[in-house]
Amino acid sequence: MNRRTILVVLAAIAIVAAAAFIAFRMMMTPPEGLDLARSKASAKGLYAVAIAPEKEPLEQGPLHSWILTVKTPDGAPVEGATIAVGGGMPQHGHGLPTQPQATAYLGEGRYRIEGVRFNMSGWWEFTFDIRAAVGNDNVVFNLTL
Amino acid sequence: MRRRLLAVFLALVGLAACQPEEFTEAEKATIASLSLSALPPLAADTTNRVADDAAAAAFGATLFFEQRLSRDGTVACATCHLIDRQFQDDRPRSVGLATTDRRAMPLAGVARAPFLFWDGRKDSLWAQALGPLEDAREHGGTRAAYAHFVANAFGDRYERIFGPLPDLAAVPAAASPLGSDAEKAAWQAMPDAKKREIDTVFANLGKAIAAFERTIVHQPTRFDRFADAVAAGKTPQGEAALSEQEVYGLRLFIGRANCVTCHNGPRFTDDHFHNTGVPPVDGLPDDTGRAAGAKKVLDDPFNCLGIHRDGSDEACGELRFMVKEGEELERAFKTPSLRGAAARPPYMHSGQIATIEDVVDHYIRAPASVSGHSELKPLKMSEKERAALIAFLGTLVE
Repeated sequence: MNRRTILVVLAAIAIVAAAAFIAFRMMMTPPEGLDLARSKASAKGLYAVAIAPEKEPLEQGPLHSWILTVKTPDGAPVEGATIAVGGGMPQHGHGLPTQPQATAYLGEGRYRIEGVRFNMSGWWEFTFDIRAAVGNDNVVFNLTL
Repeated sequence: MRRRLLAVFLALVGLAACQPEEFTEAEKATIASLSLSALPPLAADTTNRVADDAAAAAFGATLFFEQRLSRDGTVACATCHLIDRQFQDDRPRSVGLATTDRRAMPLAGVARAPFLFWDGRKDSLWAQALGPLEDAREHGGTRAAYAHFVANAFGDRYERIFGPLPDLAAVPAAASPLGSDAEKAAWQAMPDAKKREIDTVFANLGKAIAAFERTIVHQPTRFDRFADAVAAGKTPQGEAALSEQEVYGLRLFIGRANCVTCHNGPRFTDDHFHNTGVPPVDGLPDDTGRAAGAKKVLDDPFNCLGIHRDGSDEACGELRFMVKEGEELERAFKTPSLRGAAARPPYMHSGQIATIEDVVDHYIRAPASVSGHSELKPLKMSEKERAALIAFLGTLVE
Protein backbone atom coordinates (compact mmCIF):
# COMPACT_ATOMS: atom_id res chain seq x y z
CA MET A 1 0.00 0.00 0.00
CA ASN A 2 1.25 3.46 -0.81
CA ARG A 3 1.03 6.44 1.49
CA ARG A 4 -2.20 7.65 -0.12
CA THR A 5 -3.93 4.32 0.47
CA ILE A 6 -2.86 4.39 4.09
CA LEU A 7 -4.17 7.93 4.48
CA VAL A 8 -7.54 7.04 3.02
CA VAL A 9 -7.78 3.93 5.18
CA LEU A 10 -6.92 6.02 8.27
CA ALA A 11 -9.54 8.61 7.28
CA ALA A 12 -12.15 5.89 6.86
CA ILE A 13 -11.24 4.41 10.23
CA ALA A 14 -11.56 7.86 11.77
CA ILE A 15 -15.03 8.27 10.26
CA VAL A 16 -16.09 4.84 11.55
CA ALA A 17 -14.70 5.64 15.00
CA ALA A 18 -16.46 9.01 15.07
CA ALA A 19 -19.75 7.40 14.01
CA ALA A 20 -19.33 4.74 16.68
CA PHE A 21 -18.58 7.41 19.29
CA ILE A 22 -21.66 9.42 18.31
CA ALA A 23 -23.77 6.25 18.39
CA PHE A 24 -22.31 5.45 21.80
CA ARG A 25 -23.14 8.92 23.10
CA MET A 26 -26.64 8.80 21.63
CA MET A 27 -27.26 5.42 23.24
CA MET A 28 -26.51 7.05 26.59
CA THR A 29 -24.49 4.01 27.52
CA PRO A 30 -23.10 4.32 31.04
CA PRO A 31 -19.37 5.19 31.01
CA GLU A 32 -16.95 2.27 30.96
CA GLY A 33 -15.45 1.31 34.28
CA LEU A 34 -18.17 3.03 36.32
CA ASP A 35 -17.69 2.22 40.01
CA LEU A 36 -20.77 0.16 40.83
CA ALA A 37 -19.69 -0.77 44.36
CA ARG A 38 -22.55 -0.79 46.82
CA SER A 39 -20.30 -0.19 49.80
CA LYS A 40 -17.64 2.49 50.02
CA ALA A 41 -16.12 5.19 52.19
CA SER A 42 -17.84 8.58 52.25
CA ALA A 43 -16.09 11.45 50.46
CA LYS A 44 -14.08 12.67 53.48
CA GLY A 45 -13.70 9.15 54.85
CA LEU A 46 -15.81 9.78 57.95
CA TYR A 47 -18.13 6.86 57.30
CA ALA A 48 -18.20 3.40 55.77
CA VAL A 49 -21.48 3.33 53.89
CA ALA A 50 -23.35 0.47 52.23
CA ILE A 51 -26.62 0.37 50.30
CA ALA A 52 -28.91 -2.51 49.36
CA PRO A 53 -32.41 -2.59 47.88
CA GLU A 54 -34.90 -4.00 50.36
CA LYS A 55 -35.95 -6.49 47.68
CA GLU A 56 -33.85 -8.01 44.90
CA PRO A 57 -33.83 -7.87 41.98
CA LEU A 58 -33.77 -4.13 41.56
CA GLU A 59 -36.64 -3.20 39.23
CA GLN A 60 -37.17 -0.25 36.94
CA GLY A 61 -40.56 1.34 37.59
CA PRO A 62 -42.06 0.47 40.98
CA LEU A 63 -41.64 2.58 44.10
CA HIS A 64 -39.40 0.68 46.52
CA SER A 65 -37.13 0.98 49.57
CA TRP A 66 -33.41 0.65 50.24
CA ILE A 67 -31.45 -0.03 53.38
CA LEU A 68 -28.56 2.37 54.01
CA THR A 69 -25.97 1.17 56.50
CA VAL A 70 -23.72 3.81 58.07
CA LYS A 71 -20.73 2.83 60.20
CA THR A 72 -17.52 4.49 61.26
CA PRO A 73 -14.40 3.29 59.41
CA ASP A 74 -13.64 0.95 62.35
CA GLY A 75 -17.09 -0.64 62.05
CA ALA A 76 -19.10 1.02 64.84
CA PRO A 77 -22.76 1.65 63.83
CA VAL A 78 -23.66 5.32 63.45
CA GLU A 79 -26.93 6.12 65.21
CA GLY A 80 -29.10 9.20 65.08
CA ALA A 81 -27.80 10.39 61.72
CA THR A 82 -29.79 12.83 59.61
CA ILE A 83 -29.83 11.53 56.06
CA ALA A 84 -30.68 13.56 52.94
CA VAL A 85 -31.20 11.49 49.79
CA GLY A 86 -30.59 12.76 46.28
CA GLY A 87 -29.34 11.72 42.89
CA GLY A 88 -30.31 11.64 39.25
CA MET A 89 -29.15 10.76 35.78
CA PRO A 90 -25.93 12.60 34.88
CA GLN A 91 -26.34 11.84 31.17
CA HIS A 92 -29.85 13.27 31.08
CA GLY A 93 -29.29 16.21 33.42
CA HIS A 94 -32.20 15.48 35.71
CA GLY A 95 -32.69 14.38 39.30
CA LEU A 96 -34.58 11.51 40.87
CA PRO A 97 -38.24 11.23 39.84
CA THR A 98 -39.23 11.03 43.54
CA GLN A 99 -38.05 12.53 46.83
CA PRO A 100 -36.90 9.51 48.86
CA GLN A 101 -36.56 9.92 52.61
CA ALA A 102 -34.93 8.12 55.49
CA THR A 103 -38.09 7.08 57.35
CA ALA A 104 -36.85 4.72 60.06
CA TYR A 105 -33.77 3.73 62.02
CA LEU A 106 -33.59 -0.06 62.09
CA GLY A 107 -30.63 -0.47 64.49
CA GLU A 108 -27.01 -1.54 63.76
CA GLY A 109 -26.44 1.66 61.76
CA ARG A 110 -29.19 0.74 59.29
CA TYR A 111 -31.67 3.30 57.93
CA ARG A 112 -34.69 2.60 55.74
CA ILE A 113 -34.81 4.82 52.64
CA GLU A 114 -38.37 4.90 51.33
CA GLY A 115 -39.87 6.27 48.13
CA VAL A 116 -37.19 5.36 45.58
CA ARG A 117 -38.05 4.95 41.91
CA PHE A 118 -35.86 4.59 38.85
CA ASN A 119 -38.17 5.30 35.93
CA MET A 120 -35.62 5.12 33.13
CA SER A 121 -32.87 2.74 32.10
CA GLY A 122 -29.26 3.89 32.21
CA TRP A 123 -26.79 5.35 34.70
CA TRP A 124 -28.19 6.69 37.96
CA GLU A 125 -26.38 8.43 40.78
CA PHE A 126 -27.76 7.80 44.25
CA THR A 127 -26.38 10.24 46.83
CA PHE A 128 -26.58 10.51 50.59
CA ASP A 129 -25.67 13.47 52.80
CA ILE A 130 -24.97 12.11 56.25
CA ARG A 131 -25.00 14.35 59.33
CA ALA A 132 -24.11 12.75 62.62
CA ALA A 133 -22.05 13.42 65.76
CA VAL A 134 -18.83 12.47 63.95
CA GLY A 135 -19.40 15.13 61.29
CA ASN A 136 -21.03 15.85 57.95
CA ASP A 137 -20.08 13.85 54.89
CA ASN A 138 -21.59 12.58 51.69
CA VAL A 139 -21.33 9.57 49.44
CA VAL A 140 -22.29 8.94 45.80
CA PHE A 141 -23.21 5.48 44.52
CA ASN A 142 -23.61 4.58 40.87
CA LEU A 143 -26.33 2.24 39.68
CA THR A 144 -27.10 1.01 36.18
CA LEU A 145 -30.50 -0.23 35.10
CA MET B 1 -5.61 2.18 -7.67
CA ARG B 2 -8.38 4.69 -7.25
CA ARG B 3 -10.96 1.92 -7.54
CA ARG B 4 -9.20 -0.08 -4.84
CA LEU B 5 -9.18 2.93 -2.53
CA LEU B 6 -12.85 3.47 -3.13
CA ALA B 7 -13.57 -0.18 -2.35
CA VAL B 8 -11.64 -0.03 0.93
CA PHE B 9 -13.38 3.20 1.89
CA LEU B 10 -16.85 1.93 1.08
CA ALA B 11 -16.24 -1.35 2.89
CA LEU B 12 -15.27 0.47 6.08
CA VAL B 13 -18.09 2.99 5.94
CA GLY B 14 -20.48 0.15 5.09
CA LEU B 15 -19.30 -1.67 8.20
CA ALA B 16 -20.47 1.23 10.32
CA ALA B 17 -23.77 1.71 8.55
CA CYS B 18 -25.05 -1.84 8.15
CA GLN B 19 -27.43 -3.28 10.68
CA PRO B 20 -26.57 -6.59 12.32
CA GLU B 21 -28.98 -9.36 11.34
CA GLU B 22 -29.41 -10.68 14.87
CA PHE B 23 -30.44 -8.71 17.93
CA THR B 24 -27.84 -8.49 20.67
CA GLU B 25 -28.70 -10.04 24.03
CA ALA B 26 -29.27 -6.54 25.44
CA GLU B 27 -31.63 -5.69 22.58
CA LYS B 28 -33.52 -8.94 23.10
CA ALA B 29 -33.93 -8.17 26.80
CA THR B 30 -35.24 -4.69 26.02
CA ILE B 31 -37.65 -6.04 23.39
CA ALA B 32 -38.95 -8.64 25.86
CA SER B 33 -39.41 -5.93 28.51
CA LEU B 34 -41.75 -4.05 26.14
CA SER B 35 -44.08 -6.99 25.50
CA LEU B 36 -47.47 -7.12 27.18
CA SER B 37 -46.37 -10.57 28.37
CA ALA B 38 -43.97 -8.76 30.73
CA LEU B 39 -46.81 -6.86 32.40
CA PRO B 40 -47.19 -8.02 36.02
CA PRO B 41 -50.72 -8.73 37.33
CA LEU B 42 -52.59 -5.56 38.23
CA ALA B 43 -51.90 -4.80 41.89
CA ALA B 44 -54.81 -4.45 44.31
CA ASP B 45 -55.92 -0.88 45.03
CA THR B 46 -56.36 -0.91 48.79
CA THR B 47 -57.51 2.70 48.73
CA ASN B 48 -60.69 1.56 46.94
CA ARG B 49 -62.39 -1.33 48.75
CA VAL B 50 -64.59 -2.07 45.70
CA ALA B 51 -61.77 -1.85 43.15
CA ASP B 52 -62.13 -5.51 42.18
CA ASP B 53 -65.83 -5.96 43.02
CA ALA B 54 -67.77 -7.12 39.95
CA ALA B 55 -71.01 -5.39 40.98
CA ALA B 56 -69.11 -2.13 41.50
CA ALA B 57 -67.44 -2.46 38.10
CA ALA B 58 -70.83 -3.04 36.46
CA PHE B 59 -72.28 -0.04 38.29
CA GLY B 60 -69.21 1.96 37.27
CA ALA B 61 -69.81 1.03 33.63
CA THR B 62 -73.39 2.28 33.91
CA LEU B 63 -72.15 5.55 35.40
CA PHE B 64 -69.40 5.86 32.78
CA PHE B 65 -71.97 5.96 29.97
CA GLU B 66 -74.59 7.94 31.92
CA GLN B 67 -75.23 11.36 30.35
CA ARG B 68 -77.48 12.40 33.22
CA LEU B 69 -74.32 12.68 35.33
CA SER B 70 -73.93 16.23 34.04
CA ARG B 71 -75.41 19.67 34.42
CA ASP B 72 -77.65 19.49 31.33
CA GLY B 73 -77.91 15.74 30.75
CA THR B 74 -75.67 15.66 27.67
CA VAL B 75 -72.22 14.71 28.94
CA ALA B 76 -70.95 11.31 30.14
CA CYS B 77 -67.39 10.09 30.71
CA ALA B 78 -67.92 8.28 27.41
CA THR B 79 -68.49 11.59 25.61
CA CYS B 80 -64.72 12.18 25.51
CA HIS B 81 -63.58 8.60 26.25
CA LEU B 82 -65.18 6.76 23.32
CA ILE B 83 -65.27 3.00 23.71
CA ASP B 84 -64.55 2.34 20.01
CA ARG B 85 -61.78 4.96 19.83
CA GLN B 86 -59.36 3.69 22.49
CA PHE B 87 -61.46 5.63 25.04
CA GLN B 88 -60.35 9.00 23.65
CA ASP B 89 -62.03 11.43 21.25
CA ASP B 90 -59.60 12.27 18.40
CA ARG B 91 -59.90 15.99 19.21
CA PRO B 92 -56.99 18.31 19.99
CA ARG B 93 -58.92 19.50 23.06
CA SER B 94 -61.91 17.71 24.49
CA VAL B 95 -65.40 19.15 24.42
CA GLY B 96 -67.82 18.58 27.28
CA LEU B 97 -70.20 21.42 28.06
CA ALA B 98 -67.52 23.60 26.46
CA THR B 99 -64.05 23.16 24.95
CA THR B 100 -61.41 22.31 27.53
CA ASP B 101 -57.67 23.08 27.47
CA ARG B 102 -56.42 19.51 27.21
CA ARG B 103 -56.54 16.41 25.03
CA ALA B 104 -58.47 13.38 26.38
CA MET B 105 -56.15 10.53 27.33
CA PRO B 106 -56.90 6.95 26.25
CA LEU B 107 -57.81 4.63 29.13
CA ALA B 108 -56.19 1.23 28.48
CA GLY B 109 -54.01 0.30 31.43
CA VAL B 110 -54.95 3.50 33.25
CA ALA B 111 -55.29 1.63 36.56
CA ARG B 112 -51.50 1.19 36.59
CA ALA B 113 -50.70 4.91 36.52
CA PRO B 114 -49.59 6.32 39.88
CA PHE B 115 -50.77 9.79 38.88
CA LEU B 116 -53.65 10.70 36.59
CA PHE B 117 -54.17 13.47 34.01
CA TRP B 118 -51.40 14.98 31.89
CA ASP B 119 -50.19 16.92 34.96
CA GLY B 120 -50.77 14.17 37.55
CA ARG B 121 -53.15 16.30 39.61
CA LYS B 122 -54.91 13.17 40.91
CA ASP B 123 -53.27 10.21 42.60
CA SER B 124 -55.89 7.50 42.15
CA LEU B 125 -58.29 6.37 39.50
CA TRP B 126 -61.28 6.97 41.79
CA ALA B 127 -60.16 10.49 42.69
CA GLN B 128 -59.53 11.20 39.00
CA ALA B 129 -63.12 10.34 38.05
CA LEU B 130 -64.40 13.08 40.36
CA GLY B 131 -62.56 15.93 38.63
CA PRO B 132 -64.43 16.09 35.30
CA LEU B 133 -67.81 15.55 37.01
CA GLU B 134 -67.57 19.00 38.63
CA ASP B 135 -65.50 20.80 36.00
CA ALA B 136 -67.61 23.59 34.50
CA ARG B 137 -66.46 22.74 30.94
CA GLU B 138 -66.86 18.98 31.30
CA HIS B 139 -69.88 17.48 33.13
CA GLY B 140 -70.45 20.72 35.04
CA GLY B 141 -72.59 19.20 37.81
CA THR B 142 -72.30 19.30 41.60
CA ARG B 143 -71.73 16.53 44.11
CA ALA B 144 -75.05 17.30 45.81
CA ALA B 145 -76.89 16.98 42.48
CA TYR B 146 -75.09 13.69 41.79
CA ALA B 147 -76.05 12.33 45.22
CA HIS B 148 -79.72 13.14 44.51
CA PHE B 149 -79.50 11.65 41.02
CA VAL B 150 -77.94 8.40 42.21
CA ALA B 151 -80.46 8.07 45.04
CA ASN B 152 -83.32 8.52 42.57
CA ALA B 153 -82.03 6.56 39.61
CA PHE B 154 -79.75 3.90 41.14
CA GLY B 155 -80.47 3.85 44.88
CA ASP B 156 -80.71 0.06 45.13
CA ARG B 157 -77.58 -0.64 43.11
CA TYR B 158 -75.63 1.96 45.09
CA GLU B 159 -76.74 0.61 48.46
CA ARG B 160 -76.02 -3.02 47.57
CA ILE B 161 -72.40 -2.04 46.97
CA PHE B 162 -71.74 0.79 49.40
CA GLY B 163 -74.41 0.50 52.08
CA PRO B 164 -77.16 2.98 53.01
CA LEU B 165 -77.31 6.36 51.30
CA PRO B 166 -77.47 9.35 53.67
CA ASP B 167 -80.69 11.27 54.23
CA LEU B 168 -80.80 13.81 51.41
CA ALA B 169 -84.01 15.59 52.41
CA ALA B 170 -82.23 18.76 53.56
CA VAL B 171 -79.49 18.65 50.90
CA PRO B 172 -79.84 21.40 48.23
CA ALA B 173 -80.45 20.26 44.64
CA ALA B 174 -77.10 21.69 43.60
CA ALA B 175 -74.21 22.36 45.97
CA SER B 176 -70.44 21.99 45.76
CA PRO B 177 -67.32 23.74 47.04
CA LEU B 178 -66.27 24.06 43.37
CA GLY B 179 -69.45 25.22 41.63
CA SER B 180 -70.98 28.61 40.84
CA ASP B 181 -71.26 31.23 43.57
CA ALA B 182 -74.81 30.05 44.38
CA GLU B 183 -73.66 26.39 44.50
CA LYS B 184 -70.73 27.31 46.72
CA ALA B 185 -73.01 29.27 49.04
CA ALA B 186 -75.42 26.33 49.22
CA TRP B 187 -72.50 24.06 50.09
CA GLN B 188 -71.19 26.43 52.75
CA ALA B 189 -74.64 26.51 54.38
CA MET B 190 -74.66 22.73 54.87
CA PRO B 191 -73.60 21.27 58.24
CA ASP B 192 -70.11 19.71 58.16
CA ALA B 193 -71.46 16.23 58.89
CA LYS B 194 -73.77 16.44 55.86
CA LYS B 195 -70.96 17.75 53.65
CA ARG B 196 -68.93 14.74 54.65
CA GLU B 197 -71.78 12.36 53.83
CA ILE B 198 -72.20 13.90 50.39
CA ASP B 199 -68.43 13.76 49.82
CA THR B 200 -68.56 10.06 50.69
CA VAL B 201 -71.29 9.38 48.13
CA PHE B 202 -69.31 11.39 45.58
CA ALA B 203 -66.10 9.46 46.32
CA ASN B 204 -68.04 6.19 46.05
CA LEU B 205 -69.21 7.12 42.55
CA GLY B 206 -65.55 7.59 41.68
CA LYS B 207 -64.72 4.21 43.22
CA ALA B 208 -67.37 2.45 41.11
CA ILE B 209 -66.18 4.19 37.93
CA ALA B 210 -62.59 3.22 38.85
CA ALA B 211 -63.66 -0.42 39.32
CA PHE B 212 -64.98 -0.35 35.75
CA GLU B 213 -61.91 1.44 34.37
CA ARG B 214 -59.61 -1.16 35.95
CA THR B 215 -61.02 -3.63 33.41
CA ILE B 216 -59.89 -1.53 30.43
CA VAL B 217 -56.63 -3.08 29.28
CA HIS B 218 -54.28 -3.12 26.31
CA GLN B 219 -54.71 -5.89 23.76
CA PRO B 220 -51.64 -7.65 22.34
CA THR B 221 -50.52 -6.37 18.94
CA ARG B 222 -48.21 -7.58 16.20
CA PHE B 223 -45.28 -6.16 18.16
CA ASP B 224 -46.13 -8.34 21.19
CA ARG B 225 -46.25 -11.48 19.04
CA PHE B 226 -42.91 -10.51 17.52
CA ALA B 227 -41.36 -9.72 20.92
CA ASP B 228 -42.56 -12.98 22.46
CA ALA B 229 -41.09 -14.95 19.56
CA VAL B 230 -37.75 -13.10 19.86
CA ALA B 231 -37.73 -13.69 23.63
CA ALA B 232 -38.40 -17.41 23.08
CA GLY B 233 -35.48 -17.63 20.63
CA LYS B 234 -37.83 -18.30 17.69
CA THR B 235 -38.00 -16.63 14.30
CA PRO B 236 -41.13 -14.44 14.26
CA GLN B 237 -43.39 -15.68 11.46
CA GLY B 238 -46.84 -15.04 10.05
CA GLU B 239 -48.82 -12.77 12.39
CA ALA B 240 -45.71 -12.29 14.52
CA ALA B 241 -43.54 -11.08 11.66
CA LEU B 242 -42.41 -7.48 11.31
CA SER B 243 -41.19 -6.06 8.01
CA GLU B 244 -37.53 -5.18 7.56
CA GLN B 245 -38.47 -1.51 7.87
CA GLU B 246 -40.41 -2.10 11.10
CA VAL B 247 -37.52 -4.04 12.63
CA TYR B 248 -35.19 -1.20 11.67
CA GLY B 249 -37.59 1.21 13.38
CA LEU B 250 -37.63 -0.98 16.49
CA ARG B 251 -33.82 -0.95 16.59
CA LEU B 252 -33.86 2.84 16.42
CA PHE B 253 -36.62 3.04 19.02
CA ILE B 254 -34.63 1.04 21.57
CA GLY B 255 -31.30 2.40 20.38
CA ARG B 256 -30.10 5.61 18.83
CA ALA B 257 -33.42 7.49 18.89
CA ASN B 258 -33.60 7.06 22.69
CA CYS B 259 -37.41 6.70 22.62
CA VAL B 260 -37.31 3.78 25.06
CA THR B 261 -35.69 5.95 27.70
CA CYS B 262 -39.12 7.31 28.64
CA HIS B 263 -41.46 5.09 26.62
CA ASN B 264 -40.39 1.97 28.49
CA GLY B 265 -42.00 -1.16 29.90
CA PRO B 266 -44.98 -3.02 28.44
CA ARG B 267 -47.13 0.13 28.43
CA PHE B 268 -44.42 2.18 26.72
CA THR B 269 -44.47 4.80 29.47
CA ASP B 270 -42.35 5.51 32.54
CA ASP B 271 -45.42 7.06 34.24
CA HIS B 272 -43.37 10.18 34.86
CA PHE B 273 -43.50 13.81 33.77
CA HIS B 274 -41.09 15.32 31.25
CA ASN B 275 -40.58 18.66 29.60
CA THR B 276 -40.13 17.89 25.90
CA GLY B 277 -40.40 21.44 24.62
CA VAL B 278 -43.96 21.09 23.34
CA PRO B 279 -45.04 24.65 22.53
CA PRO B 280 -47.97 26.30 24.34
CA VAL B 281 -51.18 26.89 22.39
CA ASP B 282 -51.92 30.52 21.51
CA GLY B 283 -54.94 31.83 23.34
CA LEU B 284 -54.97 29.21 26.10
CA PRO B 285 -54.03 30.04 29.70
CA ASP B 286 -50.40 29.33 30.53
CA ASP B 287 -50.02 25.60 31.23
CA THR B 288 -47.08 24.70 33.48
CA GLY B 289 -47.99 21.01 33.57
CA ARG B 290 -46.64 19.08 36.53
CA ALA B 291 -45.53 22.26 38.33
CA ALA B 292 -49.20 23.15 38.86
CA GLY B 293 -50.37 19.51 39.00
CA ALA B 294 -48.06 18.71 41.92
CA LYS B 295 -49.61 21.46 44.03
CA LYS B 296 -53.13 20.38 43.07
CA VAL B 297 -52.66 16.73 44.02
CA LEU B 298 -51.16 17.69 47.39
CA ASP B 299 -54.16 19.95 48.08
CA ASP B 300 -56.79 17.50 46.82
CA PRO B 301 -59.19 16.48 49.64
CA PHE B 302 -59.73 13.20 47.77
CA ASN B 303 -56.01 12.31 47.61
CA CYS B 304 -54.54 9.22 49.23
CA LEU B 305 -53.91 10.97 52.54
CA GLY B 306 -57.50 12.27 52.76
CA ILE B 307 -60.38 10.77 54.75
CA HIS B 308 -62.06 9.08 51.77
CA ARG B 309 -59.22 6.61 51.20
CA ASP B 310 -60.00 3.03 52.21
CA GLY B 311 -57.28 0.88 53.80
CA SER B 312 -54.12 2.20 55.41
CA ASP B 313 -51.87 5.07 54.40
CA GLU B 314 -49.18 2.55 53.49
CA ALA B 315 -50.68 2.79 50.00
CA CYS B 316 -49.76 6.48 49.79
CA GLY B 317 -46.05 6.21 48.96
CA GLU B 318 -46.50 7.87 45.57
CA LEU B 319 -47.98 10.96 47.17
CA ARG B 320 -45.66 11.04 50.18
CA PHE B 321 -42.49 10.74 48.18
CA MET B 322 -43.40 12.68 45.05
CA VAL B 323 -41.23 15.59 43.94
CA LYS B 324 -43.28 18.55 45.13
CA GLU B 325 -41.56 21.48 43.47
CA GLY B 326 -38.57 22.51 41.40
CA GLU B 327 -37.63 23.48 37.88
CA GLU B 328 -37.89 19.94 36.56
CA LEU B 329 -41.67 20.11 37.03
CA GLU B 330 -41.99 23.20 34.83
CA ARG B 331 -43.96 22.31 31.69
CA ALA B 332 -43.43 18.63 32.39
CA PHE B 333 -46.28 16.43 31.16
CA LYS B 334 -46.95 12.76 31.59
CA THR B 335 -45.34 10.31 29.18
CA PRO B 336 -48.29 8.83 27.25
CA SER B 337 -48.35 5.17 26.30
CA LEU B 338 -47.41 4.60 22.67
CA ARG B 339 -49.70 1.60 22.34
CA GLY B 340 -52.27 2.55 19.73
CA ALA B 341 -50.76 6.04 19.45
CA ALA B 342 -50.18 5.86 15.69
CA ALA B 343 -53.97 5.50 15.27
CA ARG B 344 -55.02 8.41 17.46
CA PRO B 345 -53.84 11.79 16.24
CA PRO B 346 -53.58 14.59 17.20
CA TYR B 347 -50.80 14.47 19.76
CA MET B 348 -49.50 16.08 22.96
CA HIS B 349 -51.36 17.47 25.95
CA SER B 350 -53.34 20.05 24.03
CA GLY B 351 -53.28 18.41 20.62
CA GLN B 352 -50.46 20.71 19.48
CA ILE B 353 -49.06 18.27 16.90
CA ALA B 354 -51.35 17.01 14.15
CA THR B 355 -49.64 13.88 12.82
CA ILE B 356 -47.31 11.11 13.99
CA GLU B 357 -44.81 12.27 11.34
CA ASP B 358 -44.78 15.73 12.89
CA VAL B 359 -44.31 14.18 16.35
CA VAL B 360 -41.19 12.34 15.18
CA ASP B 361 -39.94 15.56 13.58
CA HIS B 362 -40.48 17.36 16.89
CA TYR B 363 -38.21 14.84 18.61
CA ILE B 364 -35.62 15.12 15.82
CA ARG B 365 -35.55 18.94 16.06
CA ALA B 366 -35.83 19.05 19.88
CA PRO B 367 -36.92 22.69 20.17
CA ALA B 368 -36.21 24.55 23.41
CA SER B 369 -39.00 24.92 25.93
CA VAL B 370 -40.55 28.36 26.48
CA SER B 371 -39.78 27.86 30.18
CA GLY B 372 -38.03 25.15 32.17
CA HIS B 373 -35.69 22.87 30.21
CA SER B 374 -36.59 20.38 27.53
CA GLU B 375 -35.01 16.99 28.16
CA LEU B 376 -34.74 16.34 24.41
CA LYS B 377 -31.50 16.48 22.46
CA PRO B 378 -31.57 16.93 18.68
CA LEU B 379 -31.33 13.68 16.71
CA LYS B 380 -29.59 13.09 13.41
CA MET B 381 -32.00 10.99 11.46
CA SER B 382 -32.29 10.25 7.75
CA GLU B 383 -35.59 10.17 5.91
CA LYS B 384 -35.31 6.38 5.82
CA GLU B 385 -34.81 6.20 9.58
CA ARG B 386 -37.69 8.55 10.26
CA ALA B 387 -39.98 6.41 8.10
CA ALA B 388 -38.78 3.24 9.86
CA LEU B 389 -39.54 4.68 13.29
CA ILE B 390 -43.06 5.60 12.18
CA ALA B 391 -43.53 2.15 10.65
CA PHE B 392 -42.51 0.56 13.96
CA LEU B 393 -45.09 2.64 15.88
CA GLY B 394 -47.70 1.11 13.57
CA THR B 395 -46.90 -2.35 14.98
CA LEU B 396 -48.27 -1.16 18.35
CA VAL B 397 -51.78 -0.57 17.01
CA GLU B 398 -53.16 -4.07 16.40
